[in-house]
Amino acid sequence: MKISLAPIHYCWSKADTEHFYNQVAQSKVDTVYLGETVCSRRRELKFKDYLAIAHQLSDAGKNVVLSTMALIEAQSELTELKRYVDNGQWQIEANDMAGVQLASQAKLGFVCGPTINNYNRASLELLHKQGMTRFVMPYELSKAWLDNVMTPKPAFEVEVFGFGHIPLAHSARCFTAKHFNLNKDNCQTICQQHPKGLLVQTQDNQPLLRLNGIQTQSARCINLLSELDDMKQMGIDYWRLSARSIDDLVIAEQAFEQLAAPAISKADELQSHELGINQNTQLDCNGYWFGQAGMTSQTS
Amino acid sequence: MELLCPAGNLASMKAAFNAGADAVYLGLKNDTNARSFAGLNFNEQQLAKAIVLAKKQNKKIFLTLNTFPKPGEESRWYQAVDIAADLGLDALIVADLSLLDYAASKHKHLPLHLSVQASATNLAALQFYKENFNIERAVLPRVLSMKQVKDLAKVSPVDLEVFAFGSLCIMAEGRCHLSSYVTGQSPNTGGSCSPAQHVRWQDDGDDKLTRLNEVLIERSSKDQHLGYPVVCKGRYLSEHTHEPQHLLESPTSLNTLSLLPELAQAGIRSLKIEGRQRSPAYVAQVAKVWREAIDSYLRSPEQFVSQASWDQALAKVSEGQITTLGVYARQWQ
Repeated sequence: MKISLAPIHYCWSKADTEHFYNQVAQSKVDTVYLGETVCSRRRELKFKDYLAIAHQLSDAGKNVVLSTMALIEAQSELTELKRYVDNGQWQIEANDMAGVQLASQAKLGFVCGPTINNYNRASLELLHKQGMTRFVMPYELSKAWLDNVMTPKPAFEVEVFGFGHIPLAHSARCFTAKHFNLNKDNCQTICQQHPKGLLVQTQDNQPLLRLNGIQTQSARCINLLSELDDMKQMGIDYWRLSARSIDDLVIAEQAFEQLAAPAISKADELQSHELGINQNTQLDCNGYWFGQAGMTSQTS
Repeated sequence: MELLCPAGNLASMKAAFNAGADAVYLGLKNDTNARSFAGLNFNEQQLAKAIVLAKKQNKKIFLTLNTFPKPGEESRWYQAVDIAADLGLDALIVADLSLLDYAASKHKHLPLHLSVQASATNLAALQFYKENFNIERAVLPRVLSMKQVKDLAKVSPVDLEVFAFGSLCIMAEGRCHLSSYVTGQSPNTGGSCSPAQHVRWQDDGDDKLTRLNEVLIERSSKDQHLGYPVVCKGRYLSEHTHEPQHLLESPTSLNTLSLLPELAQAGIRSLKIEGRQRSPAYVAQVAKVWREAIDSYLRSPEQFVSQASWDQALAKVSEGQITTLGVYARQWQ
């Protein structure tokens, strides 16, 4: 099993983004998904900037996939999508059926991203026929679901979102702009001032969501580090990390070391939790993996 | 322009047809549709009866198969497709790729409508479904502005259906996990948004608390009008404001009566009324107003003016008694 890095979900400045990928180039990450997937009004980095980073990461030995938008509404966004599909070098991650259509028309292989509705093997086989080489399990599905879908072993690869805030929904409305009494057409890219999104709590102070422009994320952070051994045994090909900041690249190192080490017993694992290796557990969640409400936290 | 109404049961279907609906959409009594509330929907016998009644009145019935089959349990969904074909329903409303494939290859003459749950919002996505499954129509998710709807209608390879009235879903449909994140039940796999068994109201002094799977999504005064509790319409605290606010959306209903001429000129094939979980009285009231409005427009398109009495009648059956143009108005976004 390999470690992959999700596209950055937040609006970071060009300098911060480039600094981040400089570090990624030196990390234990195998595959990097790169590109703006949330909002076409975020223009800190242009197509050519992403291509430059893609070249840099490829030169550093990383596999690069160009990620595309999750919600495509305008013709201009389709035109931009076509530029990504026709880049001539790297596969795309389709996060909307438009990406599937354009890649399939161009007879190019593609990764099916987690925001495309894949709920059964027959649908995945259809997409495989269209050129899908790998799919990322939709966020809300479980280990039991995946076990079922991976039997018999499919001809395409499988990736699971293992760490990060979960993108739960996309809307036409920009919630960050709305919060600051701006509308989307005059948003001043206000989301750039919130590089981890904006925390939303219930009226009794329970962290519930994070506002990230038109995207709504979970306040809790999925953490499936403790499931790595199980996932490896299941034959899952990629474990995906979605970084909240550059500091989260340390999670990739932890995952890599865990995968390289001999399987540890559950007792050892519990002890490592107690030693504080898995910090911030209060805001972690893993419910979806166990077939529960996504925000819950279960012990396997 | 077709007026398409919701039918949670036979009584609602009759109410819709009597009030002037051209067609209704309905679902089976199981998890093959995303409104699997107790007491709603049709068994096979009721469906057969509905078809007889509809055909007599020259009206249409569309079956909603808008959930995604679960691995190992696909047969229930395939059976539903076969039932629809055997009973001679007018169309199937489907989101899942494998179901579209099954229906398109096995029942070539059964018209397919792409469900809103498939979340197709652009030309390339519509082309994908047209080329692969020969869909006739697509229901647009509530994420496009009026201008985007018009632009898409000009080039769309299939007929388009839009939401005209009803509860305002503000997320790209079929790709929203807010409810499953809190409750564990996914609308996509046969649960519903905010499943009723997870909703709990509780008095707290002068306030009323609304909880979804014990998560507090609203604290309101007892006399406040509340809609059905969903995560996206709760009031919350942000990082730097300590006053509870509707940070995503307030309880409102979509009402596009004033857009009727624009929708007609754009060539929109069908106007969809939301609310299969609502009462026959709601369906009758909404269908009556929309029938009048559509007929008034068709009689003299140039003179069409949305009547205040229509809006008043619709406001009475709206969430929070407030209506909005929602996403169709760019300003809302």
